[in-house]
Amino acid sequence: MIIAAIFAGGNGSRMGNSNLPKQFLMLGTKPILVHTVEKFLIHPRVERVIVLCPRAWMSYTEDLLVGTGVPVLEGGETRNGTLQNALDYTAAAFGTQEDHILITHDAVRPFVTQRIIGENINAALEHGACDTVIPATDTIVQSEDGVYIFTIPERRTCYQGQTPQTFRTNKLRKLIESLTDTESEILTDACKIFSMRGEPVAMVQGEIHNIKITYPYDMKVAQALLGIHLEEAEAQ
Amino acid sequence: MINVLYRLTAPGMIELACEEQAMPVDQVLLRPVLLSICKADQRYYQGQRSPEVLKAKLPMALIHECCAEVVNDPRGELPAGTLVVPVPNLPTQIDPYIAENYLPASKFRSSGFDGYLQEYVYAPRDHLVCAPRNTLPEVSAFLELISVSAHAISRFERIAHQRRERLAVWGDGNVGYITALLLRAFYPNAELIVLGTVFEKLSLFSFADRRMHVDDVRTKNLCDHAFECVGGAGARAAINQMIDVIAPEGALSLLGVSENFVDINTRMVLEKGLRLFGSSRSGTADFARAAEILERDPHVGQALERLVAQVVRVRSIADIHKAFALDAQQNFGKTVLEWQI
Repeated sequence: MIIAAIFAGGNGSRMGNSNLPKQFLMLGTKPILVHTVEKFLIHPRVERVIVLCPRAWMSYTEDLLVGTGVPVLEGGETRNGTLQNALDYTAAAFGTQEDHILITHDAVRPFVTQRIIGENINAALEHGACDTVIPATDTIVQSEDGVYIFTIPERRTCYQGQTPQTFRTNKLRKLIESLTDTESEILTDACKIFSMRGEPVAMVQGEIHNIKITYPYDMKVAQALLGIHLEEAEAQ
Repeated sequence: MINVLYRLTAPGMIELACEEQAMPVDQVLLRPVLLSICKADQRYYQGQRSPEVLKAKLPMALIHECCAEVVNDPRGELPAGTLVVPVPNLPTQIDPYIAENYLPASKFRSSGFDGYLQEYVYAPRDHLVCAPRNTLPEVSAFLELISVSAHAISRFERIAHQRRERLAVWGDGNVGYITALLLRAFYPNAELIVLGTVFEKLSLFSFADRRMHVDDVRTKNLCDHAFECVGGAGARAAINQMIDVIAPEGALSLLGVSENFVDINTRMVLEKGLRLFGSSRSGTADFARAAEILERDPHVGQALERLVAQVVRVRSIADIHKAFALDAQQNFGKTVLEWQI
């Protein structure tokens, strides 16, 4: 079974003057989260969609998704916690068959395409795990102390991670169980768990327009992508 | 739903556009699977239309030939995954005398509005047909073109007199091939003559009784009725030759698109009492007729498989450019896009 878990964990602190978490802000005529959920609901290969969000926003999310049949679950304290909740739910609701695939995706990336989703499914079935990436266009610099550059990796080896990230659920569960407490604390990315344990993570080509709407600037870009003019956006 | 469209913004320039689209409850949501490039698309892509036309129509997503998969049918009549072929002509009114493809108010994909270079498309339930069974989906991708020939033949059947013993097709390109093939299927006992200018292409018309170079026509009484599938710069010579060699009272079906005004020998048209009629595009009934003959006669499907010149996998805008470039080099056959974007 192919299950998509939409992570709507934002608490809405970076979007300026709104207290509304960013996944609930309107983009065009609908909240960002609804656009994102729709992309998965209409994908021919995705069989179930679930949404995970902070406890305080669960009923709000349920109201937005009423009639879609999408269950809303409580997210965790961290991204890993949310991932664990998604895994627990899928095990309880759909069993632990070997061919279960979990697609995890940021609620604030509504421009994900059906190709990206389809290729995630293919890559996870073939390799066990995959990450959606685009080649880095800026030079990436690494610093340990935030003051001096520690190293500058060669750009052609650098990619920017997007979502979805997709996994065979049993394999992911097994790897998470193998983590020590210290490892759990520092591992904020599920794909990193695979790499750290020497498991392959395939790369799926993302899209430049598969942006994450985090800052007010991103919202303006998202509105421009949808052809919404500035005056219309301000009226919303 | 946020849909992604790939629009031609200027000749040779394709840009991505995202659009928020409402989900109409009375339409079927489709995912294009295989697309096919038409000459009309190439003319837009290469900027061979007038600047006024380009200015009026662009930006616009190209392609009006496609085979698609049902994603969601709100009524539940078509299961998800069903292969269908949507009709690109979308009428906005019904007229008792004028067919939907001739109504000026009708919209046509990749001409008046966005074509199938999109992530998802909606189609009215009465404007799609199921992809014919036992047919390669790559052939279903250009069922629209097949339906155009079916439409011309249906009009011929209404207009032409009943002596249909010798039928001739001018044109050794894709439209000529399909029209001749359908005539063979619908009129197995008629003598089918195909006329062209390239021997190599003519040799592909193995199902015709006679294949002739246009320079080798000696008789003044070649056929009862004729179909012109030449268009372009060759339309003038072809139509006038047809007028010369068709029997009196014959029907002359014009299918070829030309950007030029074409001089024709009206004196001879009058003298022979000929009936010239044009055909353009098609409607749902023509799609159904084309699908029906493909299902009924496996030879038609096999002969159309030979028309699939190349299949190009498309995952990015660069691949779309590649497909159009490869198609431009192809002087016979169809370029099919495996739409994986």
